[in-house]
Amino acid sequence: MPTSKLARVFCLSIIAALGVGSRPAVVTADTLVVYSARNEQLIKPVFDAYTRETGVEVVFTTGDAAVLIERLAAEGRNSPADVLLTVDAGELWNASERGLLQPVKSAVLEKNVPAHLRDPAGRWFGLSMRARTLAYSPKRVDPATLSTYEALAAPAWKGRLCLRTSKKVYNQSLVATMIAAQGEAATERIVRGWVANLATDVFANDTQLLEAIAAGQCDVGIVNTYYFGRILKERPDFPVKLFWANQGEGGVHVNISGAGIAKHSRRTAAATRFLEWLSGNAAQAHFAGVNLEFPVNPQAAVDPLVKSWGSFEPSLINVAEAGRLQPAAVRLMDRAGYR
Amino acid sequence: MTPTARRPWAVGALVVLAMPALLPMLSAAMAWAAPAGEVWAHQLQYVLPRVAGNTIVLLLVVGVATGVLGTALAWLVAGHDFPGRAIFAWALLLPLAVPGYVLAVVFAGALDFAGPLQVWLREAVHPQIRLPPIRSLGGAALVLTLCLYPYVYMLARVAFESAGSRSLEVAQSLGFPRSAAFRRVLLPLARPAVAAGVALVCMETLADFGVVAALNVDTFTTAIYRAWYGMYSLGAALQMAGLLGLLALAGVWVERRMRGRRGYAGERPSGALPRQRLRGLPALAATALAAAVLAVAFVLPMLQLLAWAYRHAATDLDARYWAFAGRSVAIAASGALVVVAAAVLHGYALRGEPRRWVRGIGRLATAGYAIPGTVLAVGLFAPVSAINDRLQAVLDAAMGAASPQLFLQGTLLTMFIAYLARFLAVGTGPVESGLERIHRNLDDAAALLGSRGLGRLRRLHLPLLRGSLLAAAVLVFVDLMKELPITLMTRPFGFETLAVRVFEMAAEGEWERAALPSALIVAVGVVPVILLARRVTHVA
Repeated sequence: MPTSKLARVFCLSIIAALGVGSRPAVVTADTLVVYSARNEQLIKPVFDAYTRETGVEVVFTTGDAAVLIERLAAEGRNSPADVLLTVDAGELWNASERGLLQPVKSAVLEKNVPAHLRDPAGRWFGLSMRARTLAYSPKRVDPATLSTYEALAAPAWKGRLCLRTSKKVYNQSLVATMIAAQGEAATERIVRGWVANLATDVFANDTQLLEAIAAGQCDVGIVNTYYFGRILKERPDFPVKLFWANQGEGGVHVNISGAGIAKHSRRTAAATRFLEWLSGNAAQAHFAGVNLEFPVNPQAAVDPLVKSWGSFEPSLINVAEAGRLQPAAVRLMDRAGYR
Repeated sequence: MTPTARRPWAVGALVVLAMPALLPMLSAAMAWAAPAGEVWAHQLQYVLPRVAGNTIVLLLVVGVATGVLGTALAWLVAGHDFPGRAIFAWALLLPLAVPGYVLAVVFAGALDFAGPLQVWLREAVHPQIRLPPIRSLGGAALVLTLCLYPYVYMLARVAFESAGSRSLEVAQSLGFPRSAAFRRVLLPLARPAVAAGVALVCMETLADFGVVAALNVDTFTTAIYRAWYGMYSLGAALQMAGLLGLLALAGVWVERRMRGRRGYAGERPSGALPRQRLRGLPALAATALAAAVLAVAFVLPMLQLLAWAYRHAATDLDARYWAFAGRSVAIAASGALVVVAAAVLHGYALRGEPRRWVRGIGRLATAGYAIPGTVLAVGLFAPVSAINDRLQAVLDAAMGAASPQLFLQGTLLTMFIAYLARFLAVGTGPVESGLERIHRNLDDAAALLGSRGLGRLRRLHLPLLRGSLLAAAVLVFVDLMKELPITLMTRPFGFETLAVRVFEMAAEGEWERAALPSALIVAVGVVPVILLARRVTHVA
């Protein structure tokens, strides 16, 4: 190909890029802009349903919550964002601490979302609940020997425990709520016990961890239930079972996927109506159901597969604590050698 | 030697080119002004010693391994004939099209305790049999070597082939056997290219997050993300990223010092490098080596990827994928054009530039390659937003309530500036080593003939540089096809590419569903790699 032809191809591709790319986001009064850390395939069906019901179009972009928060902060007054949606309470806590979210007074949201799953100051609200509990091999573990997260630090589990990396926020918030419940010193002893009991190096994700239990590399681990649910949908005979941790002793650790309204939103009323709709029965079943999570609204229907795992007592510590204590939890896990 | 003019344009061009990489570093410097002391004390005691050790070992192993493997394969293909050579010549470049994070996930899935290979070994051979853990420093080094060696291979091959037959003939006429001629003549001639390739590999390794995260190795990059995401301290993260950038600059500087003042300029090649025909065992060994590398780095992982993709294609593959792929190609191609053009400007501005501070600015412009993409994007985002706010204020003052809402930070403009900051080094490596092989005497001759400035660039240098430019364009193109964090943060609303698709699936751990867009990234990236890989051969 001669150079001039190559240049022509390049120029054409630039034009194509600009053409394909610069479809402007026309933000009208009937549009809401969402910055979402929840993935496209988990939110778009719900947003589409909202558009069908109300005519309000939902424009969104996805990314890591930390990045979206920096984006909100950098854009400041001129940010087009109306709603920030995350998959972790810590990020919402962080965004509200930095003054990026505005308080909302809504009787509907206060009725639909239990108090421990929302900001006491009304700056953000949980929309689905993610339970993190024990998973075990029924072949090698008698469930009567299981009880709490803390008990996995006992010498009986030496060489039998699998954990996911402490880099994942789900483990950071679990340890943060343990700090909230029993203080740093006791929590650090427990985390050191876990590390001493590890059967293998920590895993990069919960799915690998569940596969390791099934393959016999270890006997018990700590996972978010929807990862288990996803495997179960494809392989109903997957040889791992769930155990609800800490029943009668503080409850199962729960985190949320939730949302708040951006400080500089120009459509606060519309954004509030949107959050209220998301907390309603129909939307709740849909929002939680697409990812086999639990609705926050106790009235909403639970996916049949999720329901089959039985009911459990969740931890009632406000999820905001997970955010507040997260840096301390990360430092604690570094000290304890939990990678 | 041409007397050096003051060349103010060169200084100006370098300053402009350095801005995109400098802005995030300035953000980092400002973060130093407000130190996150508590976080740092903790990092120094519990985190940095371990991650620094891991990072250094990873750099050394990957740098040496890609250098040896890439150069050996390049010499094998450029200087020898063996069965399958014509195919291996371009096929060995294919791993370029595979994103590192994808290769890491495939390796982790296939080789871990619960993976099919180990399950089979335990059932069929012995229940106690174990492979070395893939989720380890060694595993990360293996994966990074397999996906990064083509940088060295490609640049070294262009260098060997354009060194031409004459250097080899001269050495052989002096009585050196072919192997000694390679060692003493061709290898030194190819050294700038090999060094440029290894430098790219090292910077890519420093900035890598995908591979080390998937294989669970703690490096500088993971510590940066942990401080930012885990401890909410972007300040500490930016500071560490700034250190990473300085480390990369120091590495480049050391490499240049070691290279010294030796001239590498070669003449226009007199003819194709004569290839030695291998027979018998050596031929078999050559084919086996090339085939083994190709199988482990590309063929087997792709088969696994396709198997996963096939399982979900029925539900996930729809018409939107045309648009995803179209956008990926469009931004990668136009981004490659922008970066290569900037690299030519950069190389030309530095050519024959004796002033140290000017050269320093030139180096600074390429340091962005060692900074993790997310950190770079965030570091750039703040200044761009600030500019946007200023413009908005001017607009508001001029037009009142009717002024349109500006949104510079979410446009392709910002995306391209960030690409430039991160990938300029990928363009300057090949361009610079290409320029170095053009003897200054040619410039002087051209000057005597009255050709200067742009005319000389167009009529003398660009034709001589064509191979290097194509190499640079391919490298940047495939890097941009795979690029995620910058695209993710700066894309306009609804602008989804294949890489963004991978993110959507992978962020919630649905790796098997991520296989479909991953396989398409490879499929689309492979086409220009093959076309241009053949082209590179012909140019030489």
